[in-house]
Amino acid sequence: MVMDEGPLEGSVTKRFLYVNRRAPYGTIYALESLEVVLIGAAFEQEVTLAFLDDGVFQLTRGQDTGAIGVKNFSPAYRALGDYDVTNFYVEAESLGERGLTLDDLQQITYEDEDDDWKEKPSIRVVSRRELAAIMAEQDVILSF
Amino acid sequence: MSAVKLGVVITGGPYTRQASDTAYQFVKAALEKGHEIFRVFFYNDGVNVGTRLTVPPQDDRNIQKNWSELAERHKLDLVVCVAAAQRRGILDKDEAGRQGKDGDNIAPGFRISGLGQMIEAGIVADRLVIFGD
Repeated sequence: MVMDEGPLEGSVTKRFLYVNRRAPYGTIYALESLEVVLIGAAFEQEVTLAFLDDGVFQLTRGQDTGAIGVKNFSPAYRALGDYDVTNFYVEAESLGERGLTLDDLQQITYEDEDDDWKEKPSIRVVSRRELAAIMAEQDVILSF
Repeated sequence: MSAVKLGVVITGGPYTRQASDTAYQFVKAALEKGHEIFRVFFYNDGVNVGTRLTVPPQDDRNIQKNWSELAERHKLDLVVCVAAAQRRGILDKDEAGRQGKDGDNIAPGFRISGLGQMIEAGIVADRLVIFGD
């Protein structure tokens, strides 16, 4: 089994988009998507995350899984800034259809090294139309 | 049309989903057309394709055997994600030994490795094609 993983020498940089469409619990997709994002961060590609449909629930604040006996992995999203994963696009229509607003989501920030390490929000709420344009710009789309 | 280098990812579980069947037909057709398959990566429940212990009814297709035979014929790189595989009980000899398990079940032509292999396929291939739901 090969475990040594890391950036490929002299390789191209591609735009990777991870599309998260499902609720955080009930299926394993959200967790196994997050695991790909964490490993993928080591490859120094341009990484973007999209949250739509029930996927917007993945970012909600105050998740408590105590009663269902499943690990609460939601704090891990806040650590992604340290891995240079700083582009979180949340679809406005999906939030609205579920009675959610930006205030219902965790605060996820990163320190901008190009702007005196100022702390900036990673989450941007975009329309369905804007998200379609973001998808069209990608090289690799992984949908979970 | 000039040959394309393809990466394939299968996330749908065998028999429950058609994903691994459709991917098989796709890979076969792509090879017949002269395209290159850089790697086939099994993730989520797709890792369950990689056990040699499945015994489907005799009048049905055997998804694992289809893939093992195709891999042998075309020297395909079939990779099962280690983290997803460990959750679902897919082990090779090394991993079974390391985890103190009494047996392994990885199918011929499959190997177990990390998620980086999927990212690498996305970087190296001209197209990464995903079969799942």
